[in-house]
Amino acid sequence: MTTAAILQHLPYAAPFLFVDELIDIDEETVTGRYTFQPDMPCYQGHFKGHPVTPGVLLTEVMAQIGVVCLGIYLLRDSIGQQFPTVAMTSTQVDFYLPVLPGETVEVKAEKIYFRFNKLKCRVSLYNAAGKLVCDGVIAGMIIHPQHA
Amino acid sequence: MDQATFIAELREIVKPYAKNQEALAQISLSTDFINDLKINSANLVDVVLDVEEKYDIVIQNEEMERMLNVQAAMDIVNAKLQEK
Repeated sequence: MTTAAILQHLPYAAPFLFVDELIDIDEETVTGRYTFQPDMPCYQGHFKGHPVTPGVLLTEVMAQIGVVCLGIYLLRDSIGQQFPTVAMTSTQVDFYLPVLPGETVEVKAEKIYFRFNKLKCRVSLYNAAGKLVCDGVIAGMIIHPQHA
Repeated sequence: MDQATFIAELREIVKPYAKNQEALAQISLSTDFINDLKINSANLVDVVLDVEEKYDIVIQNEEMERMLNVQAAMDIVNAKLQEK
């Protein structure tokens, strides 16, 4: 499955699509990038007069690239026209550095396991300088598998 | 494996995932992982993986679907251990 096909299968759209490109993907790992556009509405309020990317959005970038994209790749032989119903089931993330408006971040993830419809990954997010911004463990699950 | 040993070992495995600690303290063969211990389906996967590791067995998808209470877990683990 090509990285372009994976992006097409993503169940997200603006303003909640947080994957711009996938650099590399295989059975065990995935690397992708996203740029936080400076005109995103969240910066008007987080924080007042001092825009910083909310941690929940950094977590979302990690989940979309590190768990959902990898999950689509792992399910490539069984995924049909209709995307299965999925849910994020747990996150444990530590934050080290802020991400400012306009920054491009790179997410690297590695699979811990994919069993019984649950995908659990170790995920790290880096800034353009290659410094670690946040890392942790994120898991997601297929709630209603589609048999297409 | 006898019932008391299995329940004691399983109690340690489910401890990090059980939201209802009171039900965990009274765990028995009839204890249901989801309804009694309030373990969600995602954490139930981790319970099953921890059971696999503890007893060095491999649990299949259809067995996982049946493993909803302590009795079912004990039956599946004992059957697997006898196959060895």
